[in-house]
Amino acid sequence: MMRFLLLFSRQGKLRLQKWYTPLTEREKKKIIRDMTTMVLARQPRSCNFIHWKDLKIIYKRYASLYFCLGVEREENELLALEVIHRYVELLDKYFGNVCELDIIFNFEKAYFILDEFLIGGEVQETSKQTINRCIENSDMLQETMEEYMSKPAF
Amino acid sequence: MSDVVEKTLTALPSLLSLDSQTVATKLSSTSKLGALIRGITELRSKHEEEKLIQRELASLKDQVSSPHTSMRQMKEAMVRAIYCEMLGYEASFSYIHAIKLAQQGSILDKRVGYLAVCLFLKENHELLLLLVNTVLKDLQSTNLIEVCMALTVVSQMFPKDMIPAILPLVEEKLNHSKEIIRRKAVLALYKFYVMAPNQVQHIHNKFRKALCDKDPGVMFASLHIYLQMIKDNPEGYKDLTGSFVTILKQVVSGKLPMDFNYHTVPAPWLQIQLLRILSILGKNDKHSSEIMYEVLDESLKRAEINHNITYAILYECVKCIYTIYPNSDLHEKAAKCIGNFVISSKINLKYLGLKALTFVIQQDPKLALQHQMTIIECLDHPDILIKRETLELLFRITNAQNVTVIVEKMLEFLHQSKDDYTTIDLVGKVAEIAEKYAPENKWFIETMNTVFSLGGDMIQADIPNSFLKLLSEGFDNEEENKKLRLFAVDSYVSLLEGETRKLPQRFLQVIAWVLGEYSHLRTDLDPAKVMTLLSKLLDIRQISSETKTWVLMAMTKLCSGEASISKAQSVCEDYRSSSDTVLRQRAHELQLLSQDPALRGQLLPLHRGSETLEVDFSLSFLDAFVSEALAAGAAPYKPPHQRHEELAQEKALSLEPYELSLPINMSSYSVSGRQSPTLMSGSSGLSGDSTELSAKGSSATLKLEGVKRVWGKEGYLSKEDPVEEVAQVETLSPLSSPNQPPGAGRTLSNAAAPSETPEPQQEKLQLASSLFVGLSLQTSVCLMGQPEPTAQRFRRKAKTPNSSSSALPERVSVAPVPTSSVDNMLSHDPLEATSMLPEVTHETILPPNTEVNALLIDTANSSPSPSNGVEIPFETSENEIAKTPKHECPVRSLPPDLLGLPHTKITSLCSSQTLDVSACHVEKDDSVSLLIFTSNLSDSDMENIHFSFSTEQLQVSLSSERPLHEILKHSNAVCEYSLTVHAPAIHFQMVGTLSYESSSQSREMEFSYKLPLSSFIRPLVISTEQYGTHWLDFSNDTKQNLALVSEGQDPLTDTLNILKRKLGLHVVEVIGLEGIAACRLAQDQPCLLHCRVNAGTLAVWLRSPVPKLPDCLLYHCQRVLEET
Repeated sequence: MMRFLLLFSRQGKLRLQKWYTPLTEREKKKIIRDMTTMVLARQPRSCNFIHWKDLKIIYKRYASLYFCLGVEREENELLALEVIHRYVELLDKYFGNVCELDIIFNFEKAYFILDEFLIGGEVQETSKQTINRCIENSDMLQETMEEYMSKPAF
Repeated sequence: MSDVVEKTLTALPSLLSLDSQTVATKLSSTSKLGALIRGITELRSKHEEEKLIQRELASLKDQVSSPHTSMRQMKEAMVRAIYCEMLGYEASFSYIHAIKLAQQGSILDKRVGYLAVCLFLKENHELLLLLVNTVLKDLQSTNLIEVCMALTVVSQMFPKDMIPAILPLVEEKLNHSKEIIRRKAVLALYKFYVMAPNQVQHIHNKFRKALCDKDPGVMFASLHIYLQMIKDNPEGYKDLTGSFVTILKQVVSGKLPMDFNYHTVPAPWLQIQLLRILSILGKNDKHSSEIMYEVLDESLKRAEINHNITYAILYECVKCIYTIYPNSDLHEKAAKCIGNFVISSKINLKYLGLKALTFVIQQDPKLALQHQMTIIECLDHPDILIKRETLELLFRITNAQNVTVIVEKMLEFLHQSKDDYTTIDLVGKVAEIAEKYAPENKWFIETMNTVFSLGGDMIQADIPNSFLKLLSEGFDNEEENKKLRLFAVDSYVSLLEGETRKLPQRFLQVIAWVLGEYSHLRTDLDPAKVMTLLSKLLDIRQISSETKTWVLMAMTKLCSGEASISKAQSVCEDYRSSSDTVLRQRAHELQLLSQDPALRGQLLPLHRGSETLEVDFSLSFLDAFVSEALAAGAAPYKPPHQRHEELAQEKALSLEPYELSLPINMSSYSVSGRQSPTLMSGSSGLSGDSTELSAKGSSATLKLEGVKRVWGKEGYLSKEDPVEEVAQVETLSPLSSPNQPPGAGRTLSNAAAPSETPEPQQEKLQLASSLFVGLSLQTSVCLMGQPEPTAQRFRRKAKTPNSSSSALPERVSVAPVPTSSVDNMLSHDPLEATSMLPEVTHETILPPNTEVNALLIDTANSSPSPSNGVEIPFETSENEIAKTPKHECPVRSLPPDLLGLPHTKITSLCSSQTLDVSACHVEKDDSVSLLIFTSNLSDSDMENIHFSFSTEQLQVSLSSERPLHEILKHSNAVCEYSLTVHAPAIHFQMVGTLSYESSSQSREMEFSYKLPLSSFIRPLVISTEQYGTHWLDFSNDTKQNLALVSEGQDPLTDTLNILKRKLGLHVVEVIGLEGIAACRLAQDQPCLLHCRVNAGTLAVWLRSPVPKLPDCLLYHCQRVLEET
């Protein structure tokens, strides 16, 4: 089972956080701090895994953004790496050539996509098409509503 | 991913003006959120950011609490609140509004509302209760998107207590026409299963339906539940093995829709999930494993594409193959696969290869030999994780010959590591293998010193404990014991003479204890010197008061001689008025004992060594106090778990309406209010007492229950001769030989100096030879578990069997089956058995279906009339057999002087064509007699007959009147043995050997016999007064609630009568709701029983001076009552 997913920039700024087990604010802050320092300090030719407490951290850098997944010990590291990759692919498909800015400004969308992909720390749906169809369906509704109300954006 | 364009925040302003940006970005960047984000990026310092966010939060607060804010504005505000929270600023004021948004917003606002709720609140947040209604409403909505959102939120976080409220609705969704809803419903149920397994128990068959769903997505979702359920109970789902194999076959051969492909690999997540399930199902199960072999082979073959995801599948395959029942063909393929991983240039694969190697190394130690050079390279890998994994691998292959090198490598790593978690883990492992395989005392003590100083105070508590235990209990060789202790003393004295400030507290405690206990062994060491060293420790500022107590205790043991006493006095002065009460107590003890050498000698005798301390765990000496307190109206003691449960019950949210009977509630409240103070005082009294105990007997402090015992198993001696592969390498390193591990270690450190070894390759080869020595010897495949340890240097003494702590587990482990192993024989085909006993059949004409048992019953004594008024305490089934028609069988009649005593049926122990041995036991007044009937069926005489028995709990002695040496052909003989209980047990198992000579050939036959404890129980007739005086004297006790037998008017008397009838107890007196009874084991081994009727159950309290007797007797009481 996955425990958390963090997205942070090369500067260590948090861009997205998703927790699959209940934690206190203090624990979360400690994990975020530990993850950013540990992952950013990794040497270039190291493997993509870190042991941290009783968890395994699987991280990967895409452009300026680090994706960092905390999983339980018995999980398959390579598979976790592919979970990250599939998420990036999903974001890419949705935003079209995704970049850090897309995620910064539309982080709620990134959350919606994530919720269609992973649920409660397990993979829910792996098909790119299905997930996108799902998100687009809800978005379509949003677009039409917004057109209908034709209000200026805030 | 290369196609993601890197854009940094510095480029932000120019990007925003570009029209080519996606609509989404433009929309948000002109919004308030956009303004906020832009504002933050322009800031220079953390302080400025803080100010900006505080301003933002204030305006957000105004906005959300204003009644004029529309839901649409609210949604926008919520997004900003989420952003602020992500930056680490609390926006708790918005939580309630997030729930409101989810409740009242339109479908779009709802989505953000739910998202905010998920991000803000945790499973146990009280506001979540407000969400339940919304979720309920949305689950019933006709809008698919709303249902989806509700299911998503339910499976992310939902209050546990509220699951019953929505469970029916979620269950209903399993039959929904849309697969996405079904899938989400299954995942929600999975989440419920993880949180509260018992709440979804009733829908297990619906899970099966989900498994067979026509949509593969729903089936995949159900596998999450199955994996969890199978993990919890592998036996329950063996029938599904075939189905899982079929699914995997279909997936592997690409039968699923293209949608499920991931980089042309068919449904990898599904495959891996199935492989995990299969590995659990096939573990230790040959039959299930055989079904899987084919599909596993197929999976290995198919995974050929060079992509991470195929490696992920391969890895899972390999793990599965090595977990299930072994198949040599598959093992070979899997080993090849691991080899590819290990030698891969991709570092991720290398890591995984090492992991796989670590996993399989116990079963296949030769694999490590194949890859030894790679392993050596990994040991020096720049990536710390690879190094760590390599050490893990080495840990698994440690044996007595390579332990020094491996420990050295581990300690090297520990010196570099900064991560606490790794340090604790690794230090534990070093301690474990050092204890197991230590080649010599000096090395062991030095290694442990490093362990203690590196591990610091985070070290697991059981490491110092088991170390001290090892020192104090010692091992078989007394001389070695002394040497080890002396080494420890020497080493610690020199340590204390050096710099002590940096030493961790735990280490100081160990030092203090060892010096206190064993520095007298070093006769040339002046105790005053040790005292001075110890007292110096007290002056260190960082030292904790716990360590100070240890030091003071050590001083108490040491203070003899004038110099020491005066030192002790001055220390006492310092701590006599310490604010720490324990420390103060120790100081007073020290003062008192240093002035009274006689008392000190009595309390703290030297050479206490390994004798075990009698600890009265039942605290029976407090009974008078307890009963007085109870009489005065104190509440009875409740064990912590019971208290905890009651507390939890009070706290838990009650979904049932309150009852109307208010006064009753009030009264129960007042009772519980009265309970607490007495509970408090009781427990504090107890804890005070326990420190007392631990203070007086210093070795008692070490008797920690539940400490991991690494010394339990006997190791096997590994053969000394190295195998060819090793020998080859060894020629290069003549210095290191397997017989001299410390030498090998030194070679390595020498070799590390570059001047001495011109070739780095040679260095590696040497390392390899010292690391992998002795590995290939373990050719025996050891499945599922640790390899057997090799010969241990320090082998702990066996624990004394009669300590009361060991009594409980043993009681549990004994299978509650009263039938002896003989019954197995009897349950065979009767005709077959009768053919073995020609003599009997020839005398009796059998009805065709008669059990053989009937043959063996002795008629004359089948209905005994016991003189002492006790009926036979046999199993009912046996009694029934006794009533079946019998035939005279003179062969097996009891000796005349035993006629009339209660006895068991005669059962056959072992038989062959020529010989038949049967036995029964007779209950005499103060012992039990075992009668062995031997029939010589052959045509030659039996001579030199000799019986020998091996049993730990019984004493067997031959009753002298009937010695037996020979049996003539076709005749019978009886011999009688008298049995007395040595140590009580629920059942006594005897293994006997009969050796004899027949036609001048010596033969042997083995048999076993089993008797219940109840055969040894006799009534003990005493008066109530005698009972009262004995009760407080007996220290071994046990308590349990048993079922009452309620057939007649007076359940207590009925129950006691049953116990009297079946077990032969003497009922002393029955007063109201209480009853007392007594029995005895032999002449001097009484056991007293006290019962009280309490809320429909019988609270039974047994006491005896004999350890384990109460436990064992209780077991029989329980059985007897359950049977009726």
